[in-house]
Amino acid sequence: MRANPTADPPAEVRSIPLPAERRLRDSVSVAIAGSGGAGVMTAGTMLLDAAARAGLYGLMVRTSGPQIRGGEAAALLRLSHRPVQALDDHFDLLLAMDWQNVHRFADEIPLRADSLVLGDSGEGDAPEAFTRGGARQVALPLKKMAKAIAGSWGNMLALGLSGGLAGIPLAALEDALRAAWKRSAESLAANLQALRKAYEESATLGDAIALAPGPDSATLAQGRWQISGNEAAGLGAIRGGVRFVAAYPITPATELLEWMAPALARVGGSLLQAEDELASVNMIIGASYGGVPSLTATSGPGLALMTEALGLAVTAEVPIVVVDVMRGGPSTGIPAKSEQSDLSFAVSGLHGDAPRLVLAPTSIADCVATTQWAVHLAEALQTAAIVLSDQWMGQSRAIIDRPADAGCVAARLTAAAHSPDYKRYRDTASGISPMAIPGTPGIVYTADGLEHTEAGIPSSQARDHRLQLDKRERKLLQYDYGAAWADVEGDGDVAVITFGSVSGSVREALARLASQGVAVRLVVLRLLAPALPARMDQALAGVRRVLVIEQNHGAQLYRYLRSMYDLPGRPASFHRPGPLPLRPAELATAIIDWQRAEQPVAEAA
Amino acid sequence: MNDLSSPPVALTAANYKSDYKPIWCPGCGDFTVLGAITKALAMLQLPPHEVAVVSGIGCSSRIPAYTTCYGFHGVHGRALAAGTGLKVSRPDLTVLVTGGDGDGYSIGGNHFIHACRRNVDLTYIVMDNHVYGMTKGQASPTTEPDWDNKLSPGGTGVRSFHPLVIALAAGANFVARAFSGDPNGTAEVIAQGMRHPGFSFIEILSPCVTFRPEQRDWKQHVHPSPVAPTDDPARAARRIMTDDGFNLGVLYAGSRAPYAAKSAPAMRSVADLEAEFAL
Repeated sequence: MRANPTADPPAEVRSIPLPAERRLRDSVSVAIAGSGGAGVMTAGTMLLDAAARAGLYGLMVRTSGPQIRGGEAAALLRLSHRPVQALDDHFDLLLAMDWQNVHRFADEIPLRADSLVLGDSGEGDAPEAFTRGGARQVALPLKKMAKAIAGSWGNMLALGLSGGLAGIPLAALEDALRAAWKRSAESLAANLQALRKAYEESATLGDAIALAPGPDSATLAQGRWQISGNEAAGLGAIRGGVRFVAAYPITPATELLEWMAPALARVGGSLLQAEDELASVNMIIGASYGGVPSLTATSGPGLALMTEALGLAVTAEVPIVVVDVMRGGPSTGIPAKSEQSDLSFAVSGLHGDAPRLVLAPTSIADCVATTQWAVHLAEALQTAAIVLSDQWMGQSRAIIDRPADAGCVAARLTAAAHSPDYKRYRDTASGISPMAIPGTPGIVYTADGLEHTEAGIPSSQARDHRLQLDKRERKLLQYDYGAAWADVEGDGDVAVITFGSVSGSVREALARLASQGVAVRLVVLRLLAPALPARMDQALAGVRRVLVIEQNHGAQLYRYLRSMYDLPGRPASFHRPGPLPLRPAELATAIIDWQRAEQPVAEAA
Repeated sequence: MNDLSSPPVALTAANYKSDYKPIWCPGCGDFTVLGAITKALAMLQLPPHEVAVVSGIGCSSRIPAYTTCYGFHGVHGRALAAGTGLKVSRPDLTVLVTGGDGDGYSIGGNHFIHACRRNVDLTYIVMDNHVYGMTKGQASPTTEPDWDNKLSPGGTGVRSFHPLVIALAAGANFVARAFSGDPNGTAEVIAQGMRHPGFSFIEILSPCVTFRPEQRDWKQHVHPSPVAPTDDPARAARRIMTDDGFNLGVLYAGSRAPYAAKSAPAMRSVADLEAEFAL
């Protein structure tokens, strides 16, 4: 725990006593790993689907080596009767098809003494990194078992074994396999046989990791979805009214764009592949200037290229939305791994005084509502909105309750044909001025990145510059953002402030602390810019001190909040860079340490 | 009511010219290009509010506000990107993209190549004066390698860019050269480019009398192309590669189908998209 945000993170993560209910395994965590071609992602996806069919909630995080194809990969799952927002501190089961380079995941797949490590007896022992904590090792002849059933694949054995050990009903596993199968009936039969054989085998390995029985599952799955954060953001954009997307591929945002390509065509919109991010952002500005709500998605390097044009959108008052699916930075950084390190850039990375909107989804499910809201806000306020998702949130799949439609859609204030004395950039009380849409007679104007008069004529006069700067700032500050600006939970007299994908781990840490009688208020920011001091004061009423939690090296949220808000007491920061996720126990320990550190010395003694 | 009793008044070039005074130097070639654009619009009788003029940054990029059409004056080098987004999402509009040689061939060079190959139905007019005028006289991609200037004393030593060949090789569907000193010929070529489906590229030699006064001599050198336009890219390439750079007219008019956004069976509502996520 550091009040000094530049200090190094703690070298090791201590554990705190778990609440009693954890012993009942209200969640089970499974890692399926192997080298490329072993099919671990397929097995993991089917296991998640089977869990959903069995009435469970779940989360699947994908992790892989740097290779384009054929590298080591792991599907990291957590299944529960309750909604799952974070990975657990440890995995109950590591099932490896082989051990080739799987040791590289040792930090991402922490095990403990009661974990089970299951491998192929023909592949040798598990790497020491997985077993040094005392995890039980079991080896089965996986390749031989697959060979014995002609046409069957080893990863379907992995599905049967992991499903059986996790306590998923066989019928749900079979249904998941059938639903995903795209090959011949003979092939399906062979693999169903392999699945059943492995399921039987799992019963001989003990039930040490199985999930506690839950409510009757028959109808639970109804009304639930299985979705990734990237898909959820794409759906939110379309719900919000986006009908044009310009796309340049970049990890880990590409799937968002790929999902939107056919979806947009079905709703009468279109997606265009651009030659680079400079083009994609200027294309959406051009489309939105034409009256069509428009979006692009990218990651840090692409956002950096887009910044000049973001300033154009701000100055010319053309609404656009840019979803930044953040990855480890700076520069090319760690493209396929998560980090929340574009925040400073998003809130302050444009030249000139350029007020803009910055939002962050608070969960995979919330990617729908927050992106939808971002479209609504950008359109209502005629400015640029940046949505900060990240690799963890974007590429993970979750079983969630169907997210309700947030109801907000693009609603741009437009000018009527032949409006008398029309001025595009008129200095109105709200700061929002009606926009003429090309094709409308009698109100033509030129949208301009040059500073301009109210009529849109380029001007370098001090008065015009001041007037337009005030207008562009005022429209963002006067707008009533309502309660959606943040999720405020709990009522302790100390508070944690956080944002984005780490919110799930923070929520779980606070739930564990609450079960031990430690009350901590939580503020998860959905609107990062503009800052809303009055709402923050209200959210923190009665709070003595705050701890800011985030996943980056520079304490970016902490520094931003300290510059924009008068936070109570001496605000503290807990931050560490990616790519490893912040884990609930790590955060619970950090919060307890923070509380202890603030006690008077005599009392602590 | 009989519409024939009151025929619509024909639009003239003056109807497309705004009353906003250009910032250009006296004698700048861009004045006559502006005039040619308004003449071409009058030839096509397009309602001004159904036309958008899109530009980047530079002297010639100030044109949008000098017309009575919708205008978009964006950032340096990205005019083609903005114009592409506008045309693809609003195919009902007529989109003209305008700019200079620095904006289009240097900072915007990548967009130029990809706009040619994408073949979106818009017209790109480049006023080429072989110099950065707004920043007061630096070499552009089309400047001769030995042209002395403050930023590159003795010249850049770098061979100049050949925009017409690049456009043809990249897939532009219409390639023409015009000269600002020939306003009627330029208007005719612009009108032809606007009528031609797909991406039409019109390079207009437009002298910078301030930083390249020697370009006043261009009017002695220009001449109409001695042969008819071709739809054969190989033949066009040979002509363009071997001509003297002052050969005016339509040099290539192809028949490639313009870019069209993908369409898909329509849905009853956005909620239909959700089916793929439901368990």
